[in-house]
Amino acid sequence: MKLNNTTAKKLKRDFPIFKNNPGLIYLDSAATSQRPEIVIRAVDNFIRKENANISRGVYTLAEKATEDYEQSRKSVAKFINAHHEEIVFTKNATEAINLFSYTLKSISPREKNEILLTEMEHHSNLVPWQQMVKRENMELKFIKVKGDFTLDLEDAKNKITDKTAILSFAHVSNVLGTINPVKELIKIARQKNKEIITIVDGAQSVQNIKIDVKKLDCDFLVFSGHKMLGPTGVGILYGKKELLEKMKPFNFGGGMIKKVTLKDAEWANTPYKFEAGTQNIVEVIALSEAIKYIENIGLENIHEWEEELTDYVIKKMREIPEIEIYHPKEKSAGIISFNLSGVHPHDIASLLNDYKICVRAGHHCAMPLMEKLKIPHGGTCRISFYIYNTFEDIDRLVEALKEINKKFNK
Amino acid sequence: MKHDDLSDRMYKEHILELYKSPSNYGTMENPTNKDTEYNSMCGDEITIQLKVKNGKILDAKFSGSGCVISMVSASLLTEKLKGEKIEDVKKFEKNEILKLLKIKINPARIKCALLPLEATKKALR
Repeated sequence: MKLNNTTAKKLKRDFPIFKNNPGLIYLDSAATSQRPEIVIRAVDNFIRKENANISRGVYTLAEKATEDYEQSRKSVAKFINAHHEEIVFTKNATEAINLFSYTLKSISPREKNEILLTEMEHHSNLVPWQQMVKRENMELKFIKVKGDFTLDLEDAKNKITDKTAILSFAHVSNVLGTINPVKELIKIARQKNKEIITIVDGAQSVQNIKIDVKKLDCDFLVFSGHKMLGPTGVGILYGKKELLEKMKPFNFGGGMIKKVTLKDAEWANTPYKFEAGTQNIVEVIALSEAIKYIENIGLENIHEWEEELTDYVIKKMREIPEIEIYHPKEKSAGIISFNLSGVHPHDIASLLNDYKICVRAGHHCAMPLMEKLKIPHGGTCRISFYIYNTFEDIDRLVEALKEINKKFNK
Repeated sequence: MKHDDLSDRMYKEHILELYKSPSNYGTMENPTNKDTEYNSMCGDEITIQLKVKNGKILDAKFSGSGCVISMVSASLLTEKLKGEKIEDVKKFEKNEILKLLKIKINPARIKCALLPLEATKKALR
């Protein structure tokens, strides 16, 4: 479905949050998206009519629950062109990266002792690695961010060496909206180092950009269900099957074993060996409805609409000379950071709340990036779009910003 | 087009004035007590410097960066601290700060209002 202001308004009606909060302008989809009726219904329906634990019972309810859970794994796999045995469900993208930080050392050659990230990573793709390098006596390196809010590819070429064990980076920056050249970076990485492990943090991209893991040739991809219209509590870890098979489990307990004796245990096959304990069954099953909904609209249409909204908001915000925008000129997703001169981002977000406008303010879990870009107050206001946003949302935002600006900069 | 006044009521004229020209902003020579506290949610950072003699605060200054609420709270608190006994200051709670601010603070912003007090207590530890 082609998205424009009329169709976006129609889509808005699929999201009960807007019916229950008249006048709400939701511009924080990068934090979490809203959920359409069909996803909410899927959650409700499962609990009401189909609830049973998976993989264990042989009664009809349990069999149906298991089938639906595995069907969701297949939907996720198809969504990124992977095989369903390459999909592991986690609690969120953060947990997936924590899993890597505890398991990847054992499948990487011993002499490789560097982990390469970028300066624009979310704390979730930074803090687990900081802990890993301390544990494993490794070293962290960072690809620089340039003044135009893009990655310095020359710097990347210099920093990817024989010593690099892992290259992990965001596909889309959660602060700047920059789309990083994943394919190119991975190609460079493989040319310079055949045994490098590549990880793409897709938390801000899978909902906006069509991803084909085979074309990208990444070893791993992680993302979160709740940013793509699904429920909270579901993260997705994609990994090439041969790598997942080599990796050790991260969590231990029921469901991830083949055989247990008093002294030892044998692990289940991939991906089950990574899914210990009862999973977020309801949420995983409802996620497949979110995927259906997104596929119905089409990721290309979603991306185009976000680009249109982004161009429009930047044009409108430029009417206020006191606004500074942190967003790359091209190749970007619908995430825009800005500041109003002399005003703390928290004050802007607080005052926007009076207009029922939801934006995020602060460091957006990217404190090192704030420092690197020397952003005043160490934070920005961030707006982020999704399919239900319209030009009217932007008009009301900019009107409100003009009034707030008058209050502080008169 | 405004729906309510929940936030705006925090940004009263006397608050905005104090934000634009704060009291006791800066540093002092040879403070006896000094510490910094952070608000991890928004990245605010406030440093409190004190001159303490015989259990009494003689002078107080603050520096750092933050939102209107945390900066104004720091201005008012440092003003109040001068002449206070440190044993009394250690007992200061949310209520003392709200009395100083004379505005209703939204729940999400209480942390901002209390940040200077937390830095002060840390400095007095």
